[in-house]
Amino acid sequence: MGLFILRRLGVMLLTALCLTFIVFWLTNLAPNLEKLAKTQGNARMSDEAVVSWLGNRGYSQALPIKYGQWLGVLPGYVIEGTDGEVRARCAEPGQPIEEASSFCGILQGDWGYSTVFKDEVGSIIATRLGLTGKLMFWVMMVMVPGALIIGVLAGMREGSRTDRSLSTVSIVSTATPEYVSGVVFISVFATATFGMQWFKGTATGAMDDATFENFFLPVITIALYGMGYIARMTRASMTEVMTAQYIRTARLKGVSFPKIVMKHALRNALIAPFTVIMLQFPWLLNGVVIVETLFNYKGFGWVLVQAAGNNDIELLLGVSIVSVFVVLVTQLISDIGYVFLNPRIRIS
Amino acid sequence: MEALTWTGSLGTILNPALMVLLALLAVAIVAQLILGFFAPAQTLQSNPDGTIAATTGPLGLAETGVKYTFFGVLAIVIAYIVVPQVMPYGSAGIVGEISKRFLPVWISLIALFAVSIIYKRKLGLYGKLFDSTVGMIGFGLVMFWVFTAFFVAVFDMIATHDYLTVVSGLKNKGPGVPVPEGTAGLIPHYLLGGDNLARDIFSRVVRGSVFVIAIAPLATIFAFMVGITLGLPAGFYGGKLDTFLSFVANLILAFPVILLFYLLVTPEIVETGIPSYMAAFLFIFPLIFFGVLLNSRYYTQPAKRTAILVPVLGILGWLYLSVINQRGTVIDFLPAWMDLFDISILVVFVSVVFVNAPTVFRIVRGLTLDLRTRDYVAAAQTRGEGAWYIMLWEILPNARGPLIVDFCLRIGYTTILLGTLGFFGLGLSSESPDWGSTINEGRKLLLIFAHPALPPAAALLSLVLGLNLLADGLREESLKD
Repeated sequence: MGLFILRRLGVMLLTALCLTFIVFWLTNLAPNLEKLAKTQGNARMSDEAVVSWLGNRGYSQALPIKYGQWLGVLPGYVIEGTDGEVRARCAEPGQPIEEASSFCGILQGDWGYSTVFKDEVGSIIATRLGLTGKLMFWVMMVMVPGALIIGVLAGMREGSRTDRSLSTVSIVSTATPEYVSGVVFISVFATATFGMQWFKGTATGAMDDATFENFFLPVITIALYGMGYIARMTRASMTEVMTAQYIRTARLKGVSFPKIVMKHALRNALIAPFTVIMLQFPWLLNGVVIVETLFNYKGFGWVLVQAAGNNDIELLLGVSIVSVFVVLVTQLISDIGYVFLNPRIRIS
Repeated sequence: MEALTWTGSLGTILNPALMVLLALLAVAIVAQLILGFFAPAQTLQSNPDGTIAATTGPLGLAETGVKYTFFGVLAIVIAYIVVPQVMPYGSAGIVGEISKRFLPVWISLIALFAVSIIYKRKLGLYGKLFDSTVGMIGFGLVMFWVFTAFFVAVFDMIATHDYLTVVSGLKNKGPGVPVPEGTAGLIPHYLLGGDNLARDIFSRVVRGSVFVIAIAPLATIFAFMVGITLGLPAGFYGGKLDTFLSFVANLILAFPVILLFYLLVTPEIVETGIPSYMAAFLFIFPLIFFGVLLNSRYYTQPAKRTAILVPVLGILGWLYLSVINQRGTVIDFLPAWMDLFDISILVVFVSVVFVNAPTVFRIVRGLTLDLRTRDYVAAAQTRGEGAWYIMLWEILPNARGPLIVDFCLRIGYTTILLGTLGFFGLGLSSESPDWGSTINEGRKLLLIFAHPALPPAAALLSLVLGLNLLADGLREESLKD
């Protein structure tokens, strides 16, 4: 078991390195850097000016070196620019070059500086992640119990009418992407079009003070899309368990149906949905980006859109690290949890 | 001209009837759901005369109620579609005019269903689809949009106005608004109103179906070609090849899709030519697939093989070069007369294929791992067949059931991805009538004008729902074998 976790951790680390390198490479392509120079320096720079601007700030170094510096395994650059000024990667504004530390990267906790928000990337991501965490918490509170209840009810009597109606409901919910359900919910429940103006169409107010009125629509929009999928997986695993021999034994002993479901079937039926819920996180991240844009809730997804849309390289890199990290950690938890929950699987 | 109402004179009779029936249907469904939890399983009672009687009770009553009210609702909906066809213009309201516009689609659907149901026993898996209600509903929804796209793209029917023409004074006007005299168009109304640039929403939505129906299945086919060509050897050989390919697939899958889109689909990245190189890499897989497929089958008869392979690879190669060769990008070497078409949204196409291929790879790999231990594979190996023959002609046909089901689901997923791209305005021009971009346009003023965003949302939902139901029906029917 220990070896298994260790190997998984190794693969995870390798994946994270590869992914961050790809993001780093894509954001540091020449046209992106040129755009950066023109937005940061002067929009009417000549090509030579762009080259020297980038050279002075260490952008013209070889890609692996830049990546190493950003990661914090190579010492930050100290460059005497063509304009005579000496710049160092690790020097804070106003700090003399000699006092600057030689390593400053992700590993040292230095995430860089956002050109859009004019703030430290680390602090931006921390505050925005907090807001998204609040959203995700409520999404989970709605989605997981809802999906499990639907799945278990549908799966306990396969082929019954309850099963068919609930399965249709879950198919409909998987077929409704967030940008469709969100738009429909806003126009039905937040405008006067249908006379049901019960909720607020924006969640900007929910960042400080979340109420049922301004937070329900974004939460239910994300929850609905994921709910159908988890419910279908729960249903599949429940139907499988209900045909197992030990359930038949219990029925033949005369155990009542509710008791069979609650005591015998449920525990084994919930192993598969656990992994599915964990693997839903990458998809939820998509939903978060769409819903935060749609409802103007300024969380992590909104920052991703802002960073990518405005070519804010360091912020985008920070956002990528966090999202890749979330995806990989949930995959790891899902793998380990599956082994823990399922006594039949023994990985030596 | 007066503005159109929703249902016109038709509604005076049908609307109240529909309301009553819908209310009854809702009551019956709720009653059935609640009773379903408490009611005991249906008990059968045998009578002395040898007959058998089922006690239905309140649950049975609710079920009958659901059935009949549902048929009632269905009949009224059909009336909404059929009756306006014989009514003069405008008297059946917006609903009537829309159903008139879709007349060629209705006719094609009826013809297709009639023919398919008559010959369903001879049509294999496709025919079996018509045994399942869910599958039929799904197929109907999908074919509705396929026919719509076909008639709009080929014959320029259905759409009432040009989807790009701006008519002053109709900005954000509600459904059924009359257009000013002298405006070009088949009918003097905007059926679903005007959007925030005063264009006809109805025409934009039906025009948008062309984009989705053309791109989504094609992108899915390409993703399947890539996934199959790499997944079969990975599952069949295993070992280092499998480890490496699985790692790469997991790498792509661990990437949040939206981040990937934002990184790939920007003008700056297009400038560097990365999408063109990715296209050159991804689109060569159909060539490899068909080349290996035919070669492994006919390599024992060299004359026949050459006769088949040369034309197939020639045509595919030409198509391949035409697709990847784009004016003004890094790959631009073909003379103009050889370049069949320029795809302006190549980057969108490439990124959708790129995102989908790893999942297909994983499915194919899993199926191959399962199927390679079967007896017919061992038999083929004993006969001395080559590895690729076994993979493509023994394993792949036997994996077709799950692959067809996944293909349907994946087209739906691709539609959602295309919508996401449009929603964030990535890679598509803002004038593009595709549903994602139209929803994006509409959402900006959603709190003031709800009507521009709802029709494309409903269209996208119905297509994806249709594909999911179709996949469900296919899965059910293929399991019955």
